[in-house]
Amino acid sequence: MATAEELDCRHLLCPLPVIRTQARVARMAVGAELQVVVTDPGALEDIPAWCRVHGHEVVATEAAGDEQRIRIRVGGG
Amino acid sequence: MLAARVVQDHGVHVEGINFYTGFCVEGHTHAIRSKDQQRPKRNNALWVAEQLGMPLHIVDVIEEYKEVLPRPRYGYGANLNPCLDCKVFMVGKAREWMEANGFDFIVTGEVIGQRPKSQTRDKLPVINRDAGVEDLLLRPLSAKLLEPTRPEREGWVDRERLFELHGRSRKPQFALARELGIEAWAQPAGGCCFLTDATYSAKLADLWQARGSREYDLDDIMLLKVGRHLRPRDHFKLIIAREAGETRFLQGYKRRYPHLRTTSHGGPVALIDGDWNEHDLELAARLVARYSSGRHAERVELEFEDTEGRVRPLSVPPMASDCVPDAWYVGGDHGDS
Repeated sequence: MATAEELDCRHLLCPLPVIRTQARVARMAVGAELQVVVTDPGALEDIPAWCRVHGHEVVATEAAGDEQRIRIRVGGG
Repeated sequence: MLAARVVQDHGVHVEGINFYTGFCVEGHTHAIRSKDQQRPKRNNALWVAEQLGMPLHIVDVIEEYKEVLPRPRYGYGANLNPCLDCKVFMVGKAREWMEANGFDFIVTGEVIGQRPKSQTRDKLPVINRDAGVEDLLLRPLSAKLLEPTRPEREGWVDRERLFELHGRSRKPQFALARELGIEAWAQPAGGCCFLTDATYSAKLADLWQARGSREYDLDDIMLLKVGRHLRPRDHFKLIIAREAGETRFLQGYKRRYPHLRTTSHGGPVALIDGDWNEHDLELAARLVARYSSGRHAERVELEFEDTEGRVRPLSVPPMASDCVPDAWYVGGDHGDS
């Protein structure tokens, strides 16, 4: 599995995790991976939805207590 | 959604922009209150984008919006909603985005007469002029009632296939949606901004009044959405959690605000905002005790913690509910909803 950059979006309420993810992904290369850490359960819907409309892939989602980790592979847009 | 779809049907590549001011209703409160955790957590803008198969860009305008809200050139609506200034601001930001990203024109879903403040026939040209878009702003739903724009004149879209909707009723939009095969749509605009809410606006006005300034930050406007806000004295107010989810949320602010929590009985966390003194602290503790399960006890034990983490105990008789004047509830909101 590729090494993922990590983006800390804990304690941010939607849509801020999406906005931060959008800004980070814009600077990443196609195929690179980003792990976004969130605490707002709404991000579990919003970030995958954002990925779908922009052609990125959600590789995995895992829960750890109150935190959720969403791993994204950057697509070609 | 309709306007974007109509333009897509002309073969035009459309991308969506959703501006985040911090006052958007969507997305926040369900993440805070325990009772709302099970509600659907759909972001409507993203949902619409998916339905239309178009990319959506969510743009953070929190900082810039601080220049729009406090002193709107065209004034407020029924509450602290500066709708016309907001439209000018957002269309102006859309123009910047269009220019920076190589797009040709802007599309909005405005309908003449739909909104009393910002979508009247005489206000639409104000938006074009002040936002600097002139004839590059296409309003497909009312286009036939307006002067032809450049996208129409150049033939990028066919004016004959645009519409002449007007007025407050949304029935024509619903009919058009069905005609286009759209079976579901998001809540129409107007209920999506906290600034159109009378209670929220009263809390914001109270915040500005207490500070003697119309400055705010994101935490300020988030906290206005949470808890009971009581101002027993002009110089301080309490934000008292209403349930476990709000208690968890308010605990995230304990290094910014001193706070109280009950220890002898189950009860809420409360933040203290303002320039309080020792005498105020007892009053605050009695109010917090009133919202604990010890409200009928002779005394309730609490802890006060300052922003440095220093803790000290307090013991107070809970305030009787009929001793809390209505005027203390900011915006008249008892926070029971």
